[in-house]
Amino acid sequence: MIINHPLLGPRDAQEFTYLGDAGLMNRPYWLSETALQQFHDYLYLRQNPAGEHRELWFHEQGDRSWLVVTRNTVTHEILKVELARDVALANRAANTPQEALQ
Amino acid sequence: MRYSAFGLIKEALSGHKGWRPQWRDAAPKPAYDYVIIGGGGHGLATAYYLAKEFGGARIAVLEKGWIGGGNVGRNTTIIRSNYLLDGNEPFYEFSLKLWENLEQDLNYNAMVSQRGILNLIHSDAQRDAARRRGNAMILNGSDAELLDTAGVRAMYPFLNFDDARFPIKGGLLHRRGGTVRHDAVAWGYARGADQRGVDIIQNCEVTGLRIDGGKVCGVETSRGYIGAGKVGVSVAGNSSRVMALAGMRLPIESHVLQAFVSEGLKPFIPGVITYGAGHFYCSQSDKGGLVFGGDIDMYNSYAQRGNLPVVEDVVESGMSLIPALGRARLLRSWGGIMDMSMDGSPFIDKTHIDGLYFNGGWCYGGFKATPAAGYCFAHLLKTDRPHETATAYRLDRFMTGRMIDEKGQGAQPNLH
Ligand SMILES: Cc1cc2nc3c(=O)[nH]c(=O)nc-3n(C[C@H](O)[C@H](O)[C@H](O)COP(=O)(O)OP(=O)(O)OC[C@H]3O[C@@H](n4cnc5c(N)ncnc54)[C@H](O)[C@@H]3O)c2cc1C
Repeated sequence: MIINHPLLGPRDAQEFTYLGDAGLMNRPYWLSETALQQFHDYLYLRQNPAGEHRELWFHEQGDRSWLVVTRNTVTHEILKVELARDVALANRAANTPQEALQ
Repeated sequence: MRYSAFGLIKEALSGHKGWRPQWRDAAPKPAYDYVIIGGGGHGLATAYYLAKEFGGARIAVLEKGWIGGGNVGRNTTIIRSNYLLDGNEPFYEFSLKLWENLEQDLNYNAMVSQRGILNLIHSDAQRDAARRRGNAMILNGSDAELLDTAGVRAMYPFLNFDDARFPIKGGLLHRRGGTVRHDAVAWGYARGADQRGVDIIQNCEVTGLRIDGGKVCGVETSRGYIGAGKVGVSVAGNSSRVMALAGMRLPIESHVLQAFVSEGLKPFIPGVITYGAGHFYCSQSDKGGLVFGGDIDMYNSYAQRGNLPVVEDVVESGMSLIPALGRARLLRSWGGIMDMSMDGSPFIDKTHIDGLYFNGGWCYGGFKATPAAGYCFAHLLKTDRPHETATAYRLDRFMTGRMIDEKGQGAQPNLH
Protein backbone atom coordinates (compact mmCIF):
# COMPACT_ATOMS: atom_id res chain seq x y z
CA MET A 1 0.00 0.00 0.00
CA ILE A 2 1.14 3.53 -0.77
CA ILE A 3 0.16 6.26 1.68
CA ASN A 4 0.06 9.71 0.17
CA HIS A 5 1.63 11.75 2.99
CA PRO A 6 0.25 15.34 2.97
CA LEU A 7 3.75 16.83 3.44
CA LEU A 8 6.09 14.24 1.93
CA GLY A 9 4.09 12.76 -0.93
CA PRO A 10 3.65 9.05 -1.70
CA ARG A 11 5.30 6.72 0.84
CA ASP A 12 5.38 2.96 1.23
CA ALA A 13 3.12 1.81 4.06
CA GLN A 14 6.08 -0.18 5.39
CA GLU A 15 7.57 3.08 6.72
CA PHE A 16 4.62 3.38 9.11
CA THR A 17 3.37 1.63 12.19
CA TYR A 18 -0.34 1.18 12.65
CA LEU A 19 -2.23 2.05 15.80
CA GLY A 20 -5.88 1.48 14.91
CA ASP A 21 -9.18 3.31 14.90
CA ALA A 22 -8.75 7.10 14.64
CA GLY A 23 -11.38 7.36 17.40
CA LEU A 24 -8.45 6.72 19.76
CA MET A 25 -7.62 10.44 19.40
CA ASN A 26 -10.75 11.29 21.35
CA ARG A 27 -9.97 10.38 24.94
CA PRO A 28 -12.99 10.45 27.25
CA TYR A 29 -13.25 13.23 29.79
CA TRP A 30 -11.64 11.80 32.92
CA LEU A 31 -13.88 13.70 35.38
CA SER A 32 -17.11 12.63 33.75
CA GLU A 33 -19.67 10.78 35.90
CA THR A 34 -19.44 7.81 33.56
CA ALA A 35 -15.66 7.91 33.08
CA LEU A 36 -15.17 4.24 34.02
CA GLN A 37 -17.58 2.97 31.38
CA GLN A 38 -16.33 5.48 28.84
CA PHE A 39 -12.69 4.52 29.32
CA HIS A 40 -13.58 0.83 29.04
CA ASP A 41 -15.36 1.45 25.77
CA TYR A 42 -12.58 3.73 24.53
CA LEU A 43 -9.81 1.27 25.34
CA TYR A 44 -11.39 -2.03 24.35
CA LEU A 45 -14.45 -1.75 22.11
CA ARG A 46 -14.15 -1.18 18.38
CA GLN A 47 -16.56 -0.42 15.55
CA ASN A 48 -14.36 -2.55 13.27
CA PRO A 49 -16.25 -1.82 10.02
CA ALA A 50 -15.95 -3.73 6.76
CA GLY A 51 -15.55 -0.76 4.43
CA GLU A 52 -14.40 2.78 5.16
CA HIS A 53 -12.27 3.07 8.27
CA ARG A 54 -10.46 6.12 9.68
CA GLU A 55 -7.27 4.99 11.33
CA LEU A 56 -4.02 6.23 12.84
CA TRP A 57 -0.68 5.59 11.15
CA PHE A 58 2.66 6.77 12.63
CA HIS A 59 5.43 7.66 10.19
CA GLU A 60 8.03 5.98 12.35
CA GLN A 61 10.72 5.62 9.69
CA GLY A 62 10.00 9.04 8.22
CA ASP A 63 9.11 12.38 9.73
CA ARG A 64 7.48 10.79 12.82
CA SER A 65 4.17 12.49 12.17
CA TRP A 66 0.83 10.90 12.98
CA LEU A 67 -1.61 10.60 10.09
CA VAL A 68 -5.32 9.92 9.88
CA VAL A 69 -5.76 7.58 6.93
CA THR A 70 -9.22 6.81 5.55
CA ARG A 71 -8.98 3.34 4.05
CA ASN A 72 -11.38 0.72 2.79
CA THR A 73 -10.78 -2.43 4.85
CA VAL A 74 -12.28 -4.67 2.16
CA THR A 75 -10.33 -3.39 -0.86
CA HIS A 76 -7.34 -1.78 0.95
CA GLU A 77 -7.95 1.36 -1.14
CA ILE A 78 -6.79 4.56 0.55
CA LEU A 79 -9.32 7.34 0.13
CA LYS A 80 -7.90 10.21 2.17
CA VAL A 81 -4.81 11.09 4.20
CA GLU A 82 -4.69 13.94 6.75
CA LEU A 83 -2.23 15.06 9.40
CA ALA A 84 -3.61 13.90 12.74
CA ARG A 85 -2.67 17.30 14.15
CA ASP A 86 -4.98 19.05 11.66
CA VAL A 87 -7.79 16.64 12.49
CA ALA A 88 -7.33 17.22 16.23
CA LEU A 89 -7.30 20.99 15.82
CA ALA A 90 -10.40 20.89 13.64
CA ASN A 91 -12.15 18.70 16.22
CA ARG A 92 -11.27 21.14 18.95
CA ALA A 93 -12.51 24.12 16.96
CA ALA A 94 -15.76 22.40 16.07
CA ASN A 95 -16.72 21.22 19.55
CA THR A 96 -16.98 22.58 23.06
CA PRO A 97 -14.01 21.17 25.01
CA GLN A 98 -16.02 18.48 26.83
CA GLU A 99 -17.75 17.22 23.73
CA ALA A 100 -14.45 17.15 21.91
CA LEU A 101 -13.35 14.67 24.53
CA GLN A 102 -16.36 12.38 24.18
CA MET B 1 -23.10 -44.71 5.65
CA ARG B 2 -20.31 -45.81 7.99
CA TYR B 3 -16.81 -45.82 6.59
CA SER B 4 -14.66 -48.93 7.06
CA ALA B 5 -11.70 -50.70 5.49
CA PHE B 6 -14.10 -53.31 4.13
CA GLY B 7 -16.29 -50.61 2.52
CA LEU B 8 -13.24 -49.00 0.97
CA ILE B 9 -12.11 -52.26 -0.61
CA LYS B 10 -15.62 -52.93 -1.86
CA GLU B 11 -15.84 -49.50 -3.49
CA ALA B 12 -12.35 -49.86 -4.96
CA LEU B 13 -13.40 -53.10 -6.64
CA SER B 14 -16.73 -51.77 -7.89
CA GLY B 15 -15.54 -48.54 -9.49
CA HIS B 16 -16.33 -46.19 -6.59
CA LYS B 17 -19.96 -45.89 -7.66
CA GLY B 18 -21.49 -46.38 -4.22
CA TRP B 19 -20.27 -43.28 -2.38
CA ARG B 20 -23.08 -40.98 -1.21
CA PRO B 21 -23.06 -37.26 -0.33
CA GLN B 22 -21.82 -36.79 3.24
CA TRP B 23 -24.56 -34.42 4.30
CA ARG B 24 -27.96 -33.35 2.96
CA ASP B 25 -28.29 -30.03 1.18
CA ALA B 26 -31.03 -28.88 3.57
CA ALA B 27 -33.52 -26.09 2.80
CA PRO B 28 -34.43 -23.76 5.67
CA LYS B 29 -37.47 -24.67 7.77
CA PRO B 30 -39.61 -21.90 9.30
CA ALA B 31 -38.17 -22.33 12.80
CA TYR B 32 -35.58 -24.16 14.91
CA ASP B 33 -34.80 -24.51 18.60
CA TYR B 34 -31.17 -23.62 17.92
CA VAL B 35 -29.76 -21.64 15.02
CA ILE B 36 -25.98 -21.57 14.71
CA ILE B 37 -24.66 -18.80 12.46
CA GLY B 38 -21.47 -19.78 10.64
CA GLY B 39 -20.62 -23.12 9.05
CA GLY B 40 -16.95 -23.16 9.97
CA GLY B 41 -15.33 -25.76 12.20
CA HIS B 42 -16.66 -24.12 15.34
CA GLY B 43 -20.26 -23.77 14.14
CA LEU B 44 -20.42 -27.33 12.82
CA ALA B 45 -18.79 -28.77 15.95
CA THR B 46 -21.28 -26.84 18.09
CA ALA B 47 -24.20 -28.31 16.16
CA TYR B 48 -22.67 -31.79 16.33
CA TYR B 49 -22.14 -31.77 20.11
CA LEU B 50 -25.52 -30.12 20.71
CA ALA B 51 -27.20 -32.91 18.81
CA LYS B 52 -25.04 -35.67 20.24
CA GLU B 53 -24.33 -34.83 23.86
CA PHE B 54 -27.20 -32.60 24.78
CA GLY B 55 -30.08 -34.37 23.10
CA GLY B 56 -32.81 -34.10 20.47
CA ALA B 57 -33.56 -30.58 19.42
CA ARG B 58 -34.25 -28.92 16.08
CA ILE B 59 -30.89 -27.47 15.05
CA ALA B 60 -29.71 -25.59 11.96
CA VAL B 61 -26.33 -24.26 10.87
CA LEU B 62 -26.53 -21.26 8.53
CA GLU B 63 -23.53 -20.60 6.31
CA LYS B 64 -23.30 -17.66 3.94
CA GLY B 65 -20.99 -19.45 1.49
CA TRP B 66 -20.07 -23.11 1.59
CA ILE B 67 -19.04 -24.92 4.75
CA GLY B 68 -15.32 -25.06 5.29
CA GLY B 69 -14.65 -22.07 3.03
CA GLY B 70 -13.65 -19.84 5.94
CA ASN B 71 -10.73 -20.06 8.32
CA VAL B 72 -11.26 -23.73 9.04
CA GLY B 73 -10.00 -24.37 5.51
CA ARG B 74 -7.39 -21.59 5.48
CA ASN B 75 -5.25 -22.21 8.53
CA THR B 76 -1.88 -23.88 9.00
CA THR B 77 -3.53 -26.86 10.76
CA ILE B 78 -1.55 -26.82 14.01
CA ILE B 79 -3.15 -28.27 17.12
CA ARG B 80 -1.53 -28.10 20.55
CA SER B 81 -2.11 -27.75 24.24
CA ASN B 82 0.89 -25.70 25.32
CA TYR B 83 -0.68 -22.66 26.91
CA LEU B 84 0.47 -21.10 30.16
CA LEU B 85 -2.43 -19.45 31.95
CA ASP B 86 -5.10 -21.03 34.15
CA GLY B 87 -7.94 -19.66 32.05
CA ASN B 88 -6.49 -21.30 28.93
CA GLU B 89 -4.53 -24.50 29.49
CA PRO B 90 -7.36 -26.71 30.85
CA PHE B 91 -9.50 -25.68 27.87
CA TYR B 92 -6.86 -26.45 25.24
CA GLU B 93 -5.99 -29.72 26.97
CA PHE B 94 -9.68 -30.67 26.84
CA SER B 95 -9.60 -29.81 23.14
CA LEU B 96 -6.51 -31.95 22.50
CA LYS B 97 -8.18 -34.90 24.24
CA LEU B 98 -11.18 -34.47 21.94
CA TRP B 99 -8.85 -34.37 18.93
CA GLU B 100 -7.22 -37.61 20.09
CA ASN B 101 -10.59 -39.35 19.90
CA LEU B 102 -12.08 -37.36 17.02
CA GLU B 103 -11.74 -39.86 14.18
CA GLN B 104 -13.23 -42.73 16.19
CA ASP B 105 -16.02 -40.47 17.37
CA LEU B 106 -16.86 -39.13 13.89
CA ASN B 107 -15.96 -42.29 11.94
CA TYR B 108 -14.06 -39.91 9.67
CA ASN B 109 -10.44 -39.66 8.62
CA ALA B 110 -9.32 -36.16 9.59
CA MET B 111 -5.64 -37.15 9.49
CA VAL B 112 -5.08 -36.18 13.12
CA SER B 113 -1.30 -36.46 13.36
CA GLN B 114 0.42 -36.01 16.72
CA ARG B 115 3.78 -35.35 15.15
CA GLY B 116 5.09 -33.14 17.97
CA ILE B 117 5.63 -29.40 18.25
CA LEU B 118 8.96 -27.87 19.07
CA ASN B 119 9.09 -24.26 20.32
CA LEU B 120 12.66 -23.07 19.85
CA ILE B 121 14.60 -21.27 22.59
CA HIS B 122 17.18 -18.59 21.77
CA SER B 123 18.12 -17.03 25.10
CA ASP B 124 18.36 -17.78 28.82
CA ALA B 125 15.22 -15.75 29.47
CA GLN B 126 13.33 -17.77 26.87
CA ARG B 127 14.54 -20.98 28.51
CA ASP B 128 13.19 -19.82 31.88
CA ALA B 129 9.87 -18.96 30.24
CA ALA B 130 9.78 -22.34 28.45
CA ARG B 131 10.49 -24.20 31.70
CA ARG B 132 7.68 -22.35 33.44
CA ARG B 133 5.31 -23.00 30.55
CA GLY B 134 6.27 -26.68 30.46
CA ASN B 135 5.54 -27.01 34.18
CA ALA B 136 2.17 -25.28 33.75
CA MET B 137 1.35 -27.70 30.94
CA ILE B 138 2.33 -30.76 32.97
CA LEU B 139 0.34 -29.54 35.98
CA ASN B 140 -2.71 -29.37 33.71
CA GLY B 141 -2.27 -32.89 32.39
CA SER B 142 -0.47 -32.03 29.16
CA ASP B 143 3.05 -33.10 28.20
CA ALA B 144 6.27 -31.11 27.84
CA GLU B 145 9.99 -31.82 27.53
CA LEU B 146 12.83 -29.33 27.68
CA LEU B 147 15.53 -30.01 25.09
CA ASP B 148 19.06 -28.61 25.00
CA THR B 149 20.83 -27.63 21.79
CA ALA B 150 22.05 -31.17 21.17
CA GLY B 151 18.53 -32.48 21.62
CA VAL B 152 17.22 -30.07 18.99
CA ARG B 153 20.15 -30.83 16.68
CA ALA B 154 19.37 -34.53 16.84
CA MET B 155 15.81 -33.84 15.61
CA TYR B 156 16.42 -31.06 13.11
CA PRO B 157 20.12 -30.94 12.07
CA PHE B 158 19.41 -28.54 9.19
CA LEU B 159 18.33 -25.58 11.31
CA ASN B 160 20.53 -22.50 11.51
CA PHE B 161 21.97 -23.12 14.99
CA ASP B 162 24.63 -20.42 14.98
CA ASP B 163 22.58 -17.46 13.82
CA ALA B 164 24.31 -14.38 15.23
CA ARG B 165 21.12 -12.85 16.54
CA PHE B 166 19.02 -15.86 17.50
CA PRO B 167 21.30 -18.87 18.12
CA ILE B 168 19.30 -21.98 19.00
CA LYS B 169 19.76 -22.81 22.68
CA GLY B 170 17.16 -25.54 22.99
CA GLY B 171 13.46 -26.11 22.68
CA LEU B 172 10.24 -26.98 24.45
CA LEU B 173 8.89 -30.17 22.91
CA HIS B 174 5.17 -30.96 23.12
CA ARG B 175 4.89 -34.45 21.65
CA ARG B 176 1.09 -34.68 21.63
CA GLY B 177 0.73 -31.54 19.54
CA GLY B 178 0.64 -31.84 15.77
CA THR B 179 -1.51 -31.20 12.73
CA VAL B 180 -4.94 -32.14 11.38
CA ARG B 181 -6.31 -32.01 7.85
CA HIS B 182 -8.31 -28.83 8.32
CA ASP B 183 -11.13 -29.10 5.77
CA ALA B 184 -11.79 -32.71 6.76
CA VAL B 185 -12.63 -31.34 10.21
CA ALA B 186 -15.46 -29.29 8.75
CA TRP B 187 -16.66 -32.21 6.59
CA GLY B 188 -16.44 -34.73 9.42
CA TYR B 189 -18.41 -32.59 11.82
CA ALA B 190 -20.93 -31.72 9.09
CA ARG B 191 -21.49 -35.40 8.35
CA GLY B 192 -21.78 -36.26 12.04
CA ALA B 193 -24.23 -33.42 12.68
CA ASP B 194 -26.29 -34.26 9.60
CA GLN B 195 -26.58 -37.89 10.71
CA ARG B 196 -28.07 -36.61 13.96
CA GLY B 197 -30.68 -34.52 12.15
CA VAL B 198 -28.98 -31.12 12.00
CA ASP B 199 -29.93 -29.04 8.93
CA ILE B 200 -26.81 -27.63 7.29
CA ILE B 201 -27.97 -24.74 5.14
CA GLN B 202 -25.38 -23.30 2.78
CA ASN B 203 -25.58 -20.09 0.72
CA CYS B 204 -27.67 -18.60 3.52
CA GLU B 205 -26.27 -15.34 4.81
CA VAL B 206 -27.64 -13.91 8.04
CA THR B 207 -28.47 -10.26 7.35
CA GLY B 208 -30.43 -9.36 10.49
CA LEU B 209 -31.29 -10.51 14.00
CA ARG B 210 -34.88 -10.12 15.07
CA ILE B 211 -34.96 -9.07 18.71
CA ASP B 212 -38.20 -8.46 20.60
CA GLY B 213 -38.33 -7.11 24.15
CA GLY B 214 -34.67 -7.95 24.81
CA LYS B 215 -35.08 -11.50 23.51
CA VAL B 216 -33.92 -12.92 20.21
CA CYS B 217 -36.69 -14.61 18.23
CA GLY B 218 -35.15 -15.30 14.85
CA VAL B 219 -32.78 -14.35 12.05
CA GLU B 220 -33.27 -12.59 8.72
CA THR B 221 -31.35 -14.36 5.99
CA SER B 222 -30.76 -14.19 2.25
CA ARG B 223 -33.16 -17.17 2.13
CA GLY B 224 -35.90 -15.58 4.23
CA TYR B 225 -36.80 -15.29 7.90
CA ILE B 226 -36.03 -18.22 10.20
CA GLY B 227 -37.46 -18.36 13.72
CA ALA B 228 -35.12 -19.46 16.52
CA GLY B 229 -35.33 -20.22 20.21
CA LYS B 230 -31.64 -19.62 20.73
CA VAL B 231 -29.05 -18.18 18.34
CA GLY B 232 -25.34 -18.96 18.59
CA VAL B 233 -22.95 -16.79 16.58
CA SER B 234 -19.71 -18.44 15.44
CA VAL B 235 -18.49 -16.49 12.42
CA ALA B 236 -14.71 -16.11 13.00
CA GLY B 237 -13.41 -12.87 11.41
CA ASN B 238 -16.89 -11.48 10.84
CA SER B 239 -17.92 -11.32 14.51
CA SER B 240 -18.07 -7.51 14.65
CA ARG B 241 -20.34 -7.36 11.59
CA VAL B 242 -22.78 -10.00 12.78
CA MET B 243 -22.94 -8.81 16.39
CA ALA B 244 -23.49 -5.25 15.11
CA LEU B 245 -26.83 -6.59 13.84
CA ALA B 246 -27.75 -6.81 17.54
CA GLY B 247 -26.33 -3.35 18.21
CA MET B 248 -23.26 -4.71 20.01
CA ARG B 249 -19.70 -3.46 19.81
CA LEU B 250 -17.01 -6.02 20.62
CA PRO B 251 -13.45 -5.87 21.97
CA ILE B 252 -12.30 -7.16 18.57
CA GLU B 253 -10.55 -5.98 15.40
CA SER B 254 -10.47 -7.98 12.16
CA HIS B 255 -7.01 -8.64 10.74
CA VAL B 256 -5.67 -10.77 7.90
CA LEU B 257 -3.24 -13.63 8.48
CA GLN B 258 -1.49 -15.29 5.56
CA ALA B 259 -0.42 -18.88 5.06
CA PHE B 260 2.07 -20.34 2.58
CA VAL B 261 2.71 -23.67 0.89
CA SER B 262 5.83 -24.67 -1.02
CA GLU B 263 6.20 -27.23 -3.78
CA GLY B 264 6.19 -30.86 -2.70
CA LEU B 265 9.50 -32.09 -1.26
CA LYS B 266 10.72 -35.37 0.16
CA PRO B 267 9.90 -35.68 3.87
CA PHE B 268 12.44 -33.84 6.01
CA ILE B 269 10.43 -32.01 8.70
CA PRO B 270 8.67 -34.68 10.73
CA GLY B 271 7.01 -32.35 13.25
CA VAL B 272 6.06 -28.71 13.69
CA ILE B 273 8.75 -26.13 14.39
CA THR B 274 7.94 -22.73 15.85
CA TYR B 275 10.40 -19.87 15.96
CA GLY B 276 9.02 -17.25 18.30
CA ALA B 277 11.90 -14.81 17.95
CA GLY B 278 11.38 -14.37 14.22
CA HIS B 279 7.71 -15.29 14.39
CA PHE B 280 7.65 -18.17 11.96
CA TYR B 281 6.19 -21.67 12.16
CA CYS B 282 6.51 -24.54 9.75
CA SER B 283 5.44 -28.13 9.19
CA GLN B 284 5.43 -30.44 6.18
CA SER B 285 2.19 -31.78 4.83
CA ASP B 286 1.75 -35.44 3.99
CA LYS B 287 1.94 -34.46 0.32
CA GLY B 288 5.36 -32.92 0.94
CA GLY B 289 4.59 -29.21 0.78
CA LEU B 290 6.07 -27.03 3.49
CA VAL B 291 3.21 -25.27 5.24
CA PHE B 292 4.24 -22.11 7.04
CA GLY B 293 3.17 -18.74 8.33
CA GLY B 294 4.19 -15.78 10.43
CA ASP B 295 2.89 -12.37 11.44
CA ILE B 296 -0.47 -10.85 10.69
CA ASP B 297 -0.52 -7.96 8.23
CA MET B 298 -0.97 -5.57 11.20
CA TYR B 299 -3.86 -3.39 10.05
CA ASN B 300 -7.62 -3.91 10.01
CA SER B 301 -8.68 -5.94 7.00
CA TYR B 302 -11.60 -7.92 5.64
CA ALA B 303 -9.86 -8.66 2.34
CA GLN B 304 -9.15 -12.44 2.72
CA ARG B 305 -5.85 -11.80 0.99
CA GLY B 306 -2.58 -10.43 2.24
CA ASN B 307 -0.06 -7.96 0.96
CA LEU B 308 3.47 -8.53 -0.33
CA PRO B 309 5.53 -6.92 2.47
CA VAL B 310 4.38 -9.63 4.88
CA VAL B 311 5.13 -12.34 2.32
CA GLU B 312 8.69 -11.04 2.24
CA ASP B 313 8.88 -10.75 6.02
CA VAL B 314 7.65 -14.31 6.64
CA VAL B 315 9.94 -15.81 4.02
CA GLU B 316 12.92 -13.87 5.43
CA SER B 317 12.39 -15.15 8.95
CA GLY B 318 11.82 -18.62 7.55
CA MET B 319 15.13 -18.53 5.70
CA SER B 320 16.96 -17.23 8.76
CA LEU B 321 15.87 -20.40 10.55
CA ILE B 322 15.85 -22.95 7.70
CA PRO B 323 18.34 -21.71 5.08
CA ALA B 324 17.33 -24.60 2.77
CA LEU B 325 13.92 -22.97 2.41
CA GLY B 326 15.53 -20.62 -0.10
CA ARG B 327 15.84 -23.48 -2.57
CA ALA B 328 12.15 -24.36 -2.50
CA ARG B 329 9.56 -22.76 -4.72
CA LEU B 330 6.59 -21.09 -3.08
CA LEU B 331 3.45 -22.44 -4.70
CA ARG B 332 0.61 -20.64 -2.99
CA SER B 333 -0.25 -18.09 -0.36
CA TRP B 334 -3.60 -16.89 0.86
CA GLY B 335 -5.16 -14.98 3.72
CA GLY B 336 -7.91 -15.47 6.26
CA ILE B 337 -9.70 -12.90 8.38
CA MET B 338 -9.45 -13.32 12.11
CA ASP B 339 -11.02 -11.70 15.12
CA MET B 340 -8.10 -10.23 17.00
CA SER B 341 -9.35 -9.72 20.55
CA MET B 342 -7.90 -7.12 22.88
CA ASP B 343 -6.03 -9.58 25.11
CA GLY B 344 -5.49 -12.27 22.48
CA SER B 345 -7.94 -14.68 24.12
CA PRO B 346 -11.36 -15.84 22.94
CA PHE B 347 -14.97 -15.45 24.08
CA ILE B 348 -17.61 -18.11 24.71
CA ASP B 349 -20.40 -16.28 26.45
CA LYS B 350 -24.04 -15.26 26.70
CA THR B 351 -24.83 -11.72 25.64
CA HIS B 352 -27.12 -9.27 27.43
CA ILE B 353 -29.78 -10.20 24.85
CA ASP B 354 -31.80 -13.23 25.93
CA GLY B 355 -31.16 -16.21 23.67
CA LEU B 356 -28.17 -14.67 21.88
CA TYR B 357 -24.81 -16.35 22.43
CA PHE B 358 -21.35 -15.54 21.12
CA ASN B 359 -18.28 -17.63 20.29
CA GLY B 360 -15.41 -15.68 18.73
CA GLY B 361 -12.20 -13.72 19.20
CA TRP B 362 -10.02 -16.75 18.46
CA CYS B 363 -7.28 -14.70 16.83
CA TYR B 364 -4.93 -17.02 14.92
CA GLY B 365 -5.35 -19.91 17.37
CA GLY B 366 -8.91 -21.10 16.96
CA PHE B 367 -8.36 -24.18 14.82
CA LYS B 368 -6.89 -26.23 17.66
CA ALA B 369 -9.84 -25.09 19.75
CA THR B 370 -12.47 -26.40 17.31
CA PRO B 371 -13.63 -29.52 19.23
CA ALA B 372 -13.60 -27.90 22.68
CA ALA B 373 -15.09 -24.62 21.46
CA GLY B 374 -17.90 -26.59 19.81
CA TYR B 375 -18.43 -28.68 22.92
CA CYS B 376 -18.32 -25.74 25.34
CA PHE B 377 -20.50 -23.52 23.15
CA ALA B 378 -23.05 -26.34 22.86
CA HIS B 379 -22.93 -26.73 26.65
CA LEU B 380 -23.56 -23.02 27.12
CA LEU B 381 -26.37 -22.90 24.56
CA LYS B 382 -28.10 -25.86 26.16
CA THR B 383 -27.58 -25.20 29.88
CA ASP B 384 -26.99 -21.43 30.03
CA ARG B 385 -23.92 -22.20 32.15
CA PRO B 386 -20.30 -22.12 30.96
CA HIS B 387 -18.48 -25.42 30.66
CA GLU B 388 -15.95 -25.83 33.47
CA THR B 389 -12.98 -25.38 31.13
CA ALA B 390 -14.37 -22.20 29.54
CA THR B 391 -15.39 -20.11 32.54
CA ALA B 392 -12.81 -17.41 31.85
CA TYR B 393 -13.94 -16.57 28.31
CA ARG B 394 -16.33 -13.82 29.35
CA LEU B 395 -17.21 -10.74 27.32
CA ASP B 396 -17.06 -8.48 30.38
CA ARG B 397 -13.54 -9.44 31.41
CA PHE B 398 -12.07 -6.08 30.40
CA MET B 399 -14.52 -4.30 32.68
CA THR B 400 -13.87 -6.63 35.60
CA GLY B 401 -10.10 -6.73 35.10
CA ARG B 402 -9.99 -10.48 34.41
CA MET B 403 -8.12 -10.37 31.12
CA ILE B 404 -6.32 -13.49 29.89
CA ASP B 405 -3.19 -11.93 28.49
CA GLU B 406 -1.37 -15.10 27.44
CA LYS B 407 1.34 -13.21 25.54
CA GLY B 408 1.62 -10.26 27.91
CA GLN B 409 1.03 -7.80 25.07
CA GLY B 410 -1.72 -5.72 26.68
CA ALA B 411 -4.78 -4.44 24.95
CA GLN B 412 -3.32 -4.05 21.46
CA PRO B 413 -4.91 -6.61 19.15
CA ASN B 414 -2.31 -6.23 16.42
CA LEU B 415 0.44 -7.27 18.84
CA HIS B 416 -1.09 -10.61 19.80
C1 LIG C 1 -3.69 -18.25 7.75
C2 LIG C 1 -4.25 -18.76 9.04
C3 LIG C 1 -3.52 -19.70 9.78
C4 LIG C 1 -4.03 -20.19 10.98
N1 LIG C 1 -3.33 -21.18 11.62
C5 LIG C 1 -3.85 -21.75 12.73
C6 LIG C 1 -3.18 -22.85 13.33
O1 LIG C 1 -2.15 -23.34 12.84
N2 LIG C 1 -3.71 -23.36 14.47
C7 LIG C 1 -4.84 -22.87 15.03
O2 LIG C 1 -5.25 -23.35 16.08
N3 LIG C 1 -5.53 -21.85 14.44
C8 LIG C 1 -5.06 -21.27 13.30
N4 LIG C 1 -5.74 -20.25 12.68
C9 LIG C 1 -7.00 -19.74 13.28
C10 LIG C 1 -8.20 -20.62 12.99
O3 LIG C 1 -8.22 -20.98 11.64
C11 LIG C 1 -9.50 -19.87 13.34
O4 LIG C 1 -9.41 -19.28 14.61
C12 LIG C 1 -10.69 -20.81 13.38
O5 LIG C 1 -10.69 -21.68 12.28
C13 LIG C 1 -11.98 -19.97 13.40
O6 LIG C 1 -13.17 -20.72 13.59
P1 LIG C 1 -14.08 -21.32 12.42
O7 LIG C 1 -13.36 -22.50 11.92
O8 LIG C 1 -15.43 -21.60 12.87
O9 LIG C 1 -14.12 -20.11 11.39
P2 LIG C 1 -14.56 -20.10 9.86
O10 LIG C 1 -14.21 -21.37 9.19
O11 LIG C 1 -14.06 -18.83 9.29
O12 LIG C 1 -16.14 -20.09 10.02
C14 LIG C 1 -16.92 -18.93 10.11
C15 LIG C 1 -17.99 -19.04 9.04
O13 LIG C 1 -18.98 -18.05 9.26
C16 LIG C 1 -19.48 -17.69 8.00
N5 LIG C 1 -20.20 -16.42 8.11
C17 LIG C 1 -19.69 -15.18 8.32
N6 LIG C 1 -20.66 -14.26 8.34
C18 LIG C 1 -21.83 -14.92 8.15
C19 LIG C 1 -23.19 -14.51 8.06
N7 LIG C 1 -23.55 -13.21 8.18
N8 LIG C 1 -24.14 -15.47 7.83
C20 LIG C 1 -23.80 -16.78 7.71
N9 LIG C 1 -22.53 -17.20 7.77
C21 LIG C 1 -21.55 -16.29 8.00
C22 LIG C 1 -18.25 -17.63 7.12
O14 LIG C 1 -18.58 -17.74 5.74
C23 LIG C 1 -17.44 -18.82 7.64
O15 LIG C 1 -17.62 -19.99 6.87
C24 LIG C 1 -5.26 -19.71 11.48
C25 LIG C 1 -5.99 -18.76 10.75
C26 LIG C 1 -5.50 -18.30 9.53
C27 LIG C 1 -6.32 -17.31 8.75
